[in-house]
Amino acid sequence: MDALIAQLQRQFRDYTISLYQQGFLDDQFTELKKLQDDGSPDFVAEVLTLFFEDCVKLISNMARALDKTTGTVDFSQVGASVHQLKGSSSSVGAKRVKALCVSFKEYCEAKNYEGCVRCLQQVDIEYKALKTKLQDMFNLEKQIIQAGGRVPQVDIN
Amino acid sequence: MAVGEVMRMEIPAGGELTVTTPELHVLAVDDSIVDRKVIERLLRISSCKVTTVESGTRALQYLGLDGGKGASNLKEVNLIVTDYSMPGLTGYDLLKKIKESSAFREVPVVIMSSENILPRIEECLKEGAEEFLLKPVKLADVKRIKQLIMRNEAEECKTLSHSNKRKLQEDCDTSSSSSSSSSHDDSSVKDTPSSKRMKSESENLSSLF
Repeated sequence: MDALIAQLQRQFRDYTISLYQQGFLDDQFTELKKLQDDGSPDFVAEVLTLFFEDCVKLISNMARALDKTTGTVDFSQVGASVHQLKGSSSSVGAKRVKALCVSFKEYCEAKNYEGCVRCLQQVDIEYKALKTKLQDMFNLEKQIIQAGGRVPQVDIN
Repeated sequence: MAVGEVMRMEIPAGGELTVTTPELHVLAVDDSIVDRKVIERLLRISSCKVTTVESGTRALQYLGLDGGKGASNLKEVNLIVTDYSMPGLTGYDLLKKIKESSAFREVPVVIMSSENILPRIEECLKEGAEEFLLKPVKLADVKRIKQLIMRNEAEECKTLSHSNKRKLQEDCDTSSSSSSSSSHDDSSVKDTPSSKRMKSESENLSSLF
């Protein structure tokens, strides 16, 4: 059982480090982990769940605002949703999503329709990719705990 | 009511001195559900009691400043932490309303923003904000704010007791100018710390560029 736990912990450590190295996560995610303890063991998962729900809502707002069939595009409305998504992605350490929001905001300010549509597609892909990666990471945590082990603290630096 | 004022010293029969300090009660205002969750946790982990609301309007309702229920609804709040950019009432608007109220103008207000805009920061500090935090907020930020608030409350208690002493002396004095200067002294003690913070905030920010 110990060998299994050690192997799972190694996998978890490597996987977590790769998420930071590939730019999916930044050190605000590390900050969130600091807020998790035995009293609040699911804090990070809870915040990320709220974040992904927020993504769905905001992306749908952006899509509606960019819909030309309803009339002229209101770029300030798109920009308002992008600003909110930029804020929440920053708060959870979703580095790639946040970076996309920065470009997206610039396209909104420039009233660049094609640019905005491209960003919208990319942001949709990106948050879903992050969601999959984090689900895999949370699954590894669950496996470690089920095997009787503790989830190791991963030192990113 | 300052936190320091309610420090109770319980001396049980055994002779041990226990000092109980009540928790700071913080009102956190943010329109983002993600940020509300994070700030609530940051504050709870720093041993604060937390109430979160989603808008400036809700904050005023909670404080009883919305002109509705009135003075009977006054809540005990030691610190207000608010996001700047919110639909409807901005954090700045909320700050102004709080500073205009007689019930809550002494309550420290901290503004949070994801945007590092110097004129915005200066405007908030000028209006009486205690601090301006750049988002995303970290545990170290909250710990620092808590220490600042507790230190300020302790200083206020000292200032109050000093000005009382001064007033007693002035009653015996014959000079008339000193009695008017005592009230100014109180406010100048308060102004110095916040103007220092304003200066250091700008210094800190310029080092980020």
